[in-house]
Amino acid sequence: MTLWHIVLIASALCLTLKVAGYYVPASVVESPGIARSANTLTVGLLAALVAVQTLAVGQNLTLDARFPALLLAGTLYALRVPFIVVVIAAGALAAGGRALLGWA
Amino acid sequence: MTAEAPTAEDVSARARVARMAIAVSLATAAYGISYGALAVSAGLTIWQTSLLSLLMFTGGSQFALVGVIATGGVDAAAGAIGSSVLLGTRNAFYAIQLGPVLGLTGFRRLWAGWLTIDESSAVALSQDAPTLQRRGFWLTGLGVFVGWNITTVIGALIGNSLGDTRVFGLDAVAAAAFLGLLWPRLRNRQVIAAAAAAAVIAAALTPVLSPGLPVLAAGSVALILGAVNVLDPTRHTGRGSA
Repeated sequence: MTLWHIVLIASALCLTLKVAGYYVPASVVESPGIARSANTLTVGLLAALVAVQTLAVGQNLTLDARFPALLLAGTLYALRVPFIVVVIAAGALAAGGRALLGWA
Repeated sequence: MTAEAPTAEDVSARARVARMAIAVSLATAAYGISYGALAVSAGLTIWQTSLLSLLMFTGGSQFALVGVIATGGVDAAAGAIGSSVLLGTRNAFYAIQLGPVLGLTGFRRLWAGWLTIDESSAVALSQDAPTLQRRGFWLTGLGVFVGWNITTVIGALIGNSLGDTRVFGLDAVAAAAFLGLLWPRLRNRQVIAAAAAAAVIAAALTPVLSPGLPVLAAGSVALILGAVNVLDPTRHTGRGSA
């Protein structure tokens, strides 16, 4: 499979999901169990991505400059700082730590 | 003059929805720069990066696909496709809620589906009058679509010119971006517990499974936690869990 296959297949499936929702009657999601599961699935995937993006290098776990950057990001989100400012600050901390303090 | 001349109140409500759509579009467009830069640093071409913004057009799934490719490359195809599609399932739930509001038939459902994302759904569903809901959906959906696609290209061009992206901390930007998508959803104890469990599981499985699969496994556990409802905050205090 090439990168093009991945991009096209994933895009087609995501678009299909969006359109398919308009063909499903609203009564299907009135079950609170389904709505709750959909929400915890989204949250679980995002949390897992945070963990992997912070700690993984291939299949190895490592603590490097990404970890203090993530702590900074969490602090700034808690202070209601806008997304774009937070990601720039996180990137700047990691870059600065690597350049000036020898962080991995 | 028709019998249904708009009142001053209608005009101001329509203007308020338009302002909200513009504000949300501008804020979301800013994310597009970080998405574009991360996508090219993960190894996607500018064309592939832009095609995802045009066709997939759902930020969380785009970040997920790019994030898994960044750690596992093309070998992580299953994890990349799986995590982006599973994250995209929430759009189907938005569409189900928006269906009766928009009242569309035929091809219009395709265009509505295309623009059905967190932002357009949130603006639409936060209005109380049906005409304002429809206006909020279309204005926000189109506004975000235009802004997101323009800033994707800008971000991809920036990412392409950076060279070694670790020097610029772009790997840390990816983690911070996912945390930013997660943060507004952490509203009760059940959700926070599911997030913590998923993060631990994904990290623990990283050395064992090939890249991309730990994210899918963690997402599945979170789905089950929601389905069996063991962490329902109302479970021990009332009858609210039926």
